[in-house]
Amino acid sequence: MISVENVSKSFTLHNQGSTVIPVMAGASLHVAAGECVALVGASGAGKSTLMRMIYGNYLTASGRIMVGDTDVASAAPREVIALRRRTLGYVSQFLRVVPRVPTIDVVAEPLLLTGTGADEARAQAATLLARLNIPERLWGLSPTTFSGGEQQRVNIARGFAFAYPALLLDEPTASLDPTNRATVLAMVQEAKARGAAIIGIFHDHAAREALCDRQVDVTGFTPGLAA
Amino acid sequence: MTPLLQVENLAKYYGARIGCTDVSFDLYPGEVMGIVGESGSGKSTLLNCLAGHLKPDHGAVRFATRSDGLRDTVTMSEPERRMLGRTDWAFVHQHARDGLRMNVSAGGNVGERLMAVNARHYGDIREQAIDWLGRVEITQDRIDDRPTAFSGGMQQRLQIARNLVTGPRLVFMDEPTGGLDVSVQARLLDLLRGLVRDMGLSAIIVTHDLAVVRLLADRLMVMKDGHVVETGLTDQVLDDPQHGYTQLLVSSVLQV
Repeated sequence: MISVENVSKSFTLHNQGSTVIPVMAGASLHVAAGECVALVGASGAGKSTLMRMIYGNYLTASGRIMVGDTDVASAAPREVIALRRRTLGYVSQFLRVVPRVPTIDVVAEPLLLTGTGADEARAQAATLLARLNIPERLWGLSPTTFSGGEQQRVNIARGFAFAYPALLLDEPTASLDPTNRATVLAMVQEAKARGAAIIGIFHDHAAREALCDRQVDVTGFTPGLAA
Repeated sequence: MTPLLQVENLAKYYGARIGCTDVSFDLYPGEVMGIVGESGSGKSTLLNCLAGHLKPDHGAVRFATRSDGLRDTVTMSEPERRMLGRTDWAFVHQHARDGLRMNVSAGGNVGERLMAVNARHYGDIREQAIDWLGRVEITQDRIDDRPTAFSGGMQQRLQIARNLVTGPRLVFMDEPTGGLDVSVQARLLDLLRGLVRDMGLSAIIVTHDLAVVRLLADRLMVMKDGHVVETGLTDQVLDDPQHGYTQLLVSSVLQV
């Protein structure tokens, strides 16, 4: 489902002496449907960079990144948008929303974008929010004022609202208490069971052990760090 | 899928000075494109050329008309272009008073666009006006007030209602949230996003506010000195800018 083939990337900082920082070379990775793969490596090794390249918000210098039938590395913006709408989901560490929009609508939006009716989308959003223990009295409020853990759970609810065939998870269990952590682990297991291909970054060892079929050390893709 | 708007090698000069030059892009139905750059970079010149307010010196702006497919709006007759301006296109000005008739009631402002496309039944027009004022959160009891009696944010929402009532397919916006305070901006962003999603609109938004484009635009075009220096998916351009100017622009945003 997700196939990263011999991918490289560098950053050029034009305003800081045109410094060129090579951050990735020869990265390859394949994830089949129903499989969960963990990216591991020290901080700064390029786990998030690789994930962002797969999602398309970092450009890829060379190589191919196939998600379904789309090569993210060479796709036009509208192809990436279509891919993100129906195929590729991403739970980042940060919630970015239009201020003033109620939490329930934030969670329902991926469903509305894929053609689910407004009532049905809200009902599904409500189910997810209840499962993640967001109190119902908060559903009508904007999540911008929520605590860190609450925002993280709203982010997860939004990321799991639509059943994407491919999912990227950036530390989904960070800043969660044990009950909610267990709920999120169950949700990831269910996504795997329905056949989603998942790539995740988990600093939480136990979560990684429980969910992931194998792990890939990105240090091997980092120029200057590889042995 | 065929593009809704196809722009090829567009250029506009003011004497020897460059307004904008070498601009080419395709916009597809349902897409929202942002144009960012500092003042004087040519973004408003470009928008005005696209919307037929300025005549470009070079290039083509082809729009997918309902009846005849792609037509070059630069070379079409003035009445045809005006007809597009009343029906399939909408233009939201930065200053609401440039897009409103200040001495006509709110309901009249919305109704006028409808009458321009041959709506004649007073009851229907008033009903549609009330419906649209409601969608932009202006209550029915203000329908007979003039825009001069409205706050800046309300005027901007009225301008949007006036523009969208005829069901346009392409909306041009020049700094739609500029000059509004932040709480009003947030409301307007929410409104615009909902309208784009529910009506399947395509839009081109000129702004210097990167936070606004991040939330509204699918794609981004960065301009400097009349040239397009970078284009791409909005979050890619903002998270991984390639051109030196874009890197400067992104790193200069103050964090709240």
